[in-house]
Amino acid sequence: MSSAQIEIQLIGIVVAAACALPGVFLVLRGMAMMSDAISHTVLLGIVLGFLITGDLESPWLLFGAAAMGLLTVSLTELLNRTRLVKQDAAIGLVFPALFSIAVILISRFARGVHLDTDAVLLGELAFAPFDRLMLFGALLPRSLVVMSIILVINLLFILALYKELKLATFDAGLAAALGFSPALIHYGLMGMVSITAVGAFDAVGSILVVAFMVAPAAAAYLLTDKLERMLLYSVGLGALGAVGGYWMAHLMDANIAGSMATVIGLLFLLCLLFAPERGLLATAARRQRQRWEFAQTMLTIHLLHHEGTPEAGVENRLDHLHDHLRWEPAFAQGVVQRADERGLVRLENGSLHLTEAGRGLATTMLTEKR
Amino acid sequence: MDADKLAVQVADLTVAYQEKPVLWDVDLDVPQGVLMAIVGPNGAGKTTMLKAILGLLTPAAGHVSIFGKPYQQQRSLVGYVPQRGSVDWDFPTSVLDVVMMGNYGKLGWVRRPGAADRRAAQSALEKVGMADYADRQISQLSGGQQQRTFLARALMQDAQVYFMDEPFQGVDATTERAIVDLLKELRAQGKTVLAVHHDLQTVPEYFDWVMLLNVRRIASGPVNEVFTDENLRAAYGGRVGFLNKRQDHEPA
Repeated sequence: MSSAQIEIQLIGIVVAAACALPGVFLVLRGMAMMSDAISHTVLLGIVLGFLITGDLESPWLLFGAAAMGLLTVSLTELLNRTRLVKQDAAIGLVFPALFSIAVILISRFARGVHLDTDAVLLGELAFAPFDRLMLFGALLPRSLVVMSIILVINLLFILALYKELKLATFDAGLAAALGFSPALIHYGLMGMVSITAVGAFDAVGSILVVAFMVAPAAAAYLLTDKLERMLLYSVGLGALGAVGGYWMAHLMDANIAGSMATVIGLLFLLCLLFAPERGLLATAARRQRQRWEFAQTMLTIHLLHHEGTPEAGVENRLDHLHDHLRWEPAFAQGVVQRADERGLVRLENGSLHLTEAGRGLATTMLTEKR
Repeated sequence: MDADKLAVQVADLTVAYQEKPVLWDVDLDVPQGVLMAIVGPNGAGKTTMLKAILGLLTPAAGHVSIFGKPYQQQRSLVGYVPQRGSVDWDFPTSVLDVVMMGNYGKLGWVRRPGAADRRAAQSALEKVGMADYADRQISQLSGGQQQRTFLARALMQDAQVYFMDEPFQGVDATTERAIVDLLKELRAQGKTVLAVHHDLQTVPEYFDWVMLLNVRRIASGPVNEVFTDENLRAAYGGRVGFLNKRQDHEPA
């Protein structure tokens, strides 16, 4: 691997980690689309910052962009609070408006500057190693430095306010009652999303910012029940997507950011299918098992009902389950076989009898309090 | 009444959503050490009143004091049990973790809960009969268990006044019993509880004070004084099937 290749992958990993951290809280708050909005509207902050300072490297651009992110959030909330527009529609109204103002400003006043709209959407990671700055006597890729600083800021923010973020996300009412202003925490988080989006979009573009914020968090949500682990898994999955995406782009000679977003999407799909407890396959298997178990319980209750009654001889015949419980013969056969294996029933001359265990199960199920 | 002795004092509380009043000039004095049910028909403003008292929404007028001082100065004395349905029970966390949230107010910003908080949370869970569920994922709880988890969290707050929004909503008989016992224990310790309640039948059995609310305050005071047919009719209009049943058993 050349050093440029290593650097591109490192940038990808750092961006993925920096995005995944706030992404977890966005996903848990049901605000994933806000990352889409913010990662576009920060462009307006950058353009305005550039027009005022005349310098594309000025740190004020970062502040302008972060402020624009927060403006996006508050405009969305303002619209939403009129109760005439729902949250998702409000996002859909605010962000194209701000984004298109930025596009107009670029085309009118900033043509010829390195601020073209293609780069905004998809970035160009392949060129990231060429843009370098001196730090601690070493010439490092600018994106790597900027994103590492942002990653550290995000880490510190989450480490310091972990319990506040958790409380305000789970129960905003209690947070407010205890004096932890949910609005303050909300805007802190949105500020974090904005700064991350600004730092990342130069290197990877806004589409990948959204992919890095949402997909790893949504996948991690399927893998664990613990918030700490969800944060760790998100970072890990994001990093995996970055490295995997780089090599996919390398093999296919494709756009790097697009490939990374694709691989992250595929990772999410894998989790959706194969997650141990919440995945689609696990859910289907559980449903199937519950169906068989429920049928066996039904069988024991049916047998218990008619036990010792004159019609028991008819009701409890294997070939009559079809009529009485409206079971397909094959299904009835399967249920009886499984109940037999579990020691719930005995089959004697085509007639079914409850065992002690079967009678026990039926009685508990009938008397169990809800 | 002496204002210092009053656990909760609400004066002229008015809350409006877009100029439509949902609470109209409500006054309420609650002495220390009572269990007060807040009853009234749907849309009477019961939850709104709790939220306004706790500063979760801004009233159009009025003020609230807890033991003589504004709520903002008395947060540590107040425990809050929101409606069970107000949170996402699929949130990735454990029962013990949710209970520990009750202590976050005392910890303040940035400080993390430690071993002592874990022990306190564990003992709060024991008090609501949930000791074995500490490490359970909250998405696996039944409705009654969710409610008990919330109550354990409120116990962690170690407050003087508790505000509970429908603590009996959709719980099983065992949980209902456990909650009643807990309320009586709180009262025995001199704590004050205000609970939004729906089942009129159980008001005299579970509570000793009651407030009847329907946008306005209809009445409030000891159950045997204000829980009368007349006040119930005023609060619920003609729609109290409960009244007819009650007359069969204990003619007023």
